Amino acid sequence: MIVIGTSLGGLQALQQILRDLPAGFTTPIAAVQHRHRSSQSILAQHLQRSAKVRVRDAENGMPIEKGTLYLAPADYHLMVDDGRFLLSTEDLVRYSRPSIDVLFESAADAYRENLLGIVLTGANDDGSRGAKAIKRRGGTLIVQDPDEAESPVMPLAAIAAAPVDMVMKLAEIGPYLTGCCHLESSEKHG
Amino acid sequence: MRLIMKTTLPESRAPRSLDVEEVELSLLMEGIFQLHGFDFRDYSYPSLKRRVMKRVYGENLTSISALQEKVFRDPACMERLLLDLSVNVTAMFRDPTFYAAFRAQVVPLLRTYPFVRVWHAGCSTGEEVYSIAILLQEEGLYDRCRIYATDMNEPVLDKARKGIIPLASMKENTANYLAGGGAASFSDYYTANYDSAIFHPSLTRNVVFAQHNLAIDGSFNLFNVIFCRNVMIYFNQQLQERVLGLFHESLGTFGILGLGKKESLKYTSFASSYEELNEVERIYRRIR
Repeated sequence: MIVIGTSLGGLQALQQILRDLPAGFTTPIAAVQHRHRSSQSILAQHLQRSAKVRVRDAENGMPIEKGTLYLAPADYHLMVDDGRFLLSTEDLVRYSRPSIDVLFESAADAYRENLLGIVLTGANDDGSRGAKAIKRRGGTLIVQDPDEAESPVMPLAAIAAAPVDMVMKLAEIGPYLTGCCHLESSEKHG
Repeated sequence: MRLIMKTTLPESRAPRSLDVEEVELSLLMEGIFQLHGFDFRDYSYPSLKRRVMKRVYGENLTSISALQEKVFRDPACMERLLLDLSVNVTAMFRDPTFYAAFRAQVVPLLRTYPFVRVWHAGCSTGEEVYSIAILLQEEGLYDRCRIYATDMNEPVLDKARKGIIPLASMKENTANYLAGGGAASFSDYYTANYDSAIFHPSLTRNVVFAQHNLAIDGSFNLFNVIFCRNVMIYFNQQLQERVLGLFHESLGTFGILGLGKKESLKYTSFASSYEELNEVERIYRRIR
């Protein structure tokens, strides 16, 4: 499982990563992009244009399927448990709903060392507690290079909060993920 | 690049062994059930854990076990935890398009009935109950309606009964009201008093507020409409199935079920018992 959190500038960052993922990319991805609570689901349609994997808004109870990037819907927190997505209308966390921390912390509990978290550009520190939770649970953490991020606040906050495994340029993330994914299938078959 | 070797990414379902926090949480919920009868045992783990941890930090503690010790002996602490566990954030006319769709597609059906019974399950502090009361009044249906508004938490229900909400929320509420097809002036429905808004008692003359626990209690009437919006999202699958069974039993044929905008019957065993009256707004009609 891969989780991604981003805010300001995140749309373009997500687009770039999606463009770099091949059609056969199987690992499910869940992403929180901060957005206004009344925004509609055009974000998924918009990202789909750059993606070979399927992109859709998560719904409550939806089973997590291969080859799909799921977006947290506007005005709901997104969580994972037992192979399914859960939504919540609890209070804002760090002024946000959806909150990156909420997704990351629940995914860290559910997937532990089998989780890869990615913190991208953003103008606040949502995601830094979640990054910490991912590392505490033995997962892997990638942060976008603050020097190239449209807004470096979120990457810097994650780097300050948790022992980050890799700081990467946007252009390196997609190919890296593709490498992990392919390695996994070659292990299975070989 | 050794990290790549370490990071195996499974396709979806991760096998999960129990850990200390999971055990602590289930012990706490079992204890609360035995001591107080509140049943959170079948709530979904991630949101339950989040709420309990919020109370752990709020009490200046560091573990769920420490919270358990305090909760079991200090009734005030129990009360605080109960509020954290059961209050759901809500707003008047939350998702205004839902109400607009209800006006356009459900109200015409209800007009053909001599009497309409509505169940608002898990009504929390009542914002959505007042919303639907206003809508039914504007559509000229209120006098032949009875709304049963239930929640498991008595203090929360008492708030709903009083119809007092923070004045600060009224800007958003008014915008939602208008977006939901509101036909009058929203401020006609309440009186402002310092920092609160008090709804006119006439809005609740056909509302019955009652304690009802979806995890334990059974069906208590036959309804034409059931609302249960963003309540079941906190339940695990087993409890969701139970509650959907309860609703199925409590709805007449062609009865209406209104869920939250991102909730769906698709992933449940009741998918074929309903047709989608409005797919986007999650308004369903019982067909079998």
